[in-house]
Amino acid sequence: MSAVTIAPSGRANVVGNTLTIARRNLLHIKSDPEQLVGMTIQPLMFLVLFVFVFGGAIAGSSREYLQFALPGILVQGIAFTPFTTALGLNVDFQRGVIDRFRSLPIARSAVIGGRVAADAVRVVWGELILVGCGVLLGFRFGGGAAGAIGAFLLVAAFGVTMCWPMAFIGVTARTPEAVNTWGFMIILPLTFASSVFAPPETMPGWLEAFVNVNPITAIVDATRGLMLGGPVADPVLRSVLWMAVIQAIFAPLAIARYRRRV
Amino acid sequence: MATSAIEAEGLVKTFGKVRALDGIDMVAREGSVFGLLGPNGAGKTTAIRLLSTLLRPDEGRASVGGYDVVHHPEEVRRLIGLTGQYAAVDELLSGRENLFMIGRLLGVRAAEARRRADELLEAFDLAEAAGKLAKTYSGGMRRRLDLAASLVGRPRFLYLDEPTTGLDPRSRLELWGMIRALVADGTTVLLTTQYLEEADRLADEIVVIDHGRVIAAGTPQQLKTRVGGQVLQAQPADPADHAATERILGEFATGDEGTYTDGQLVTVRIDDRSALGRAVRRLDEEGIAVDDLSLRRPSLDEVFLAITGHLAEEEPLSDDIRNADVEGRSAS
Repeated sequence: MSAVTIAPSGRANVVGNTLTIARRNLLHIKSDPEQLVGMTIQPLMFLVLFVFVFGGAIAGSSREYLQFALPGILVQGIAFTPFTTALGLNVDFQRGVIDRFRSLPIARSAVIGGRVAADAVRVVWGELILVGCGVLLGFRFGGGAAGAIGAFLLVAAFGVTMCWPMAFIGVTARTPEAVNTWGFMIILPLTFASSVFAPPETMPGWLEAFVNVNPITAIVDATRGLMLGGPVADPVLRSVLWMAVIQAIFAPLAIARYRRRV
Repeated sequence: MATSAIEAEGLVKTFGKVRALDGIDMVAREGSVFGLLGPNGAGKTTAIRLLSTLLRPDEGRASVGGYDVVHHPEEVRRLIGLTGQYAAVDELLSGRENLFMIGRLLGVRAAEARRRADELLEAFDLAEAAGKLAKTYSGGMRRRLDLAASLVGRPRFLYLDEPTTGLDPRSRLELWGMIRALVADGTTVLLTTQYLEEADRLADEIVVIDHGRVIAAGTPQQLKTRVGGQVLQAQPADPADHAATERILGEFATGDEGTYTDGQLVTVRIDDRSALGRAVRRLDEEGIAVDDLSLRRPSLDEVFLAITGHLAEEEPLSDDIRNADVEGRSAS
């Protein structure tokens, strides 16, 4: 039998371990093509339904509503992408795959890190699909190339940020069903009670007050400003702050939970 | 010098109010098969999880290959391979991808990891299914893949947590053969099982645990001798003679256990070898014809009965138990 050289003792290779697990998570798309459908068709469905069903009523025409709604629907679609982080971690716990990982001499952060890295790829994919289809349907950028790239990066950062609260749900919930329940109960109201689909001024005062402090609103306003050409300084600053806060809270929580879960 | 490969002293682990381990001591020698035997819920899996650094003990200490499991978990993980109770393979990867991934995680270069994967797939009779997703594998194939996955890094210590639970007899025999081959290569095996026969056939030394405590320890032979004596069994040809058979064999019983019955087969432990001849005469006197009459050493089943006062439950692994276990894990 051949000799296998195991990495010399010392610290585990965090980056290498994370990439190996990210690769494993992305390979799942190949063996479970429904994941690809979920990543692709679901956000498009939202785009097409909202633009053509409500566009006329909300903005006078579908075309005009597309300009308003695409940045919002992009943020909403990306907010849902990290569900795979939550579900994937939960299923790995249930199947005993996490036990195997934990019995190996690898970096302990690599399992969650690999999930987040894989979801970063899904986020970029989702963005390309949504923006690409938006452009095909007639969306026009008003903020120039810099604005478009800025929006793309901002939303990508937002998607990665959302992986952490979802990872926390994934390692905390007992079953994949519970993950779904909690995930939807949090993400769905947050994305609807925001400036994704309609301007906050049109809402009742109590809701408008909530919408204005909702982090999703900050992200959507910043994305909209960057994609359409408009005020960006304030919403971008608020977005970055929100993302920093969310990560600062949920990344340590998720990792602590992961370590403690038996 | 004979090194103690795996040592545990006074291990205690509680989950809420349940004392899953209540002071376990054990010493496994390098190059041997050490069996942890006990019924469901005895604490076997908890012991394995402590010794593989997945859990920390509340009290006591344990070391593997000289490394303390609490203070040097990283070193312990370099030495062990773990095959859990439920084949922990990634169902959405092929057999080859599963093994390749483990190799890469262990820091093996890609080409070498690929070669090692193929070598193991060949050795575990999975070469044909190498490219297929693990979710399409049969139970036996999954177990073999799981075992292969724990061997990618050539561990010095291999932990097998109920490796054959739920397998058909043929797959079980195959797996036993593979385990023996590994031991012959110098691997130290820590095996948990609720199958008494499995411990008897594979283990050099056995610790019997029940309710988180060690209730007996020794070689299979010592355990059988410890219970002492022999076992006399008789099966009456006519079911109507069953009660009379029980009464007659009861006359020869050792201690206060009396007889016990499985179907029509009546079993009794005896101390005195001459009991066989006398029992035959007594049965003959009463005109009872028997289909089956035998004298043998006690099986581990009977050892377990004699030590614990109850039989080991050999329930098949049902979904209920599986779910209960998962619930229990996430609750704590």
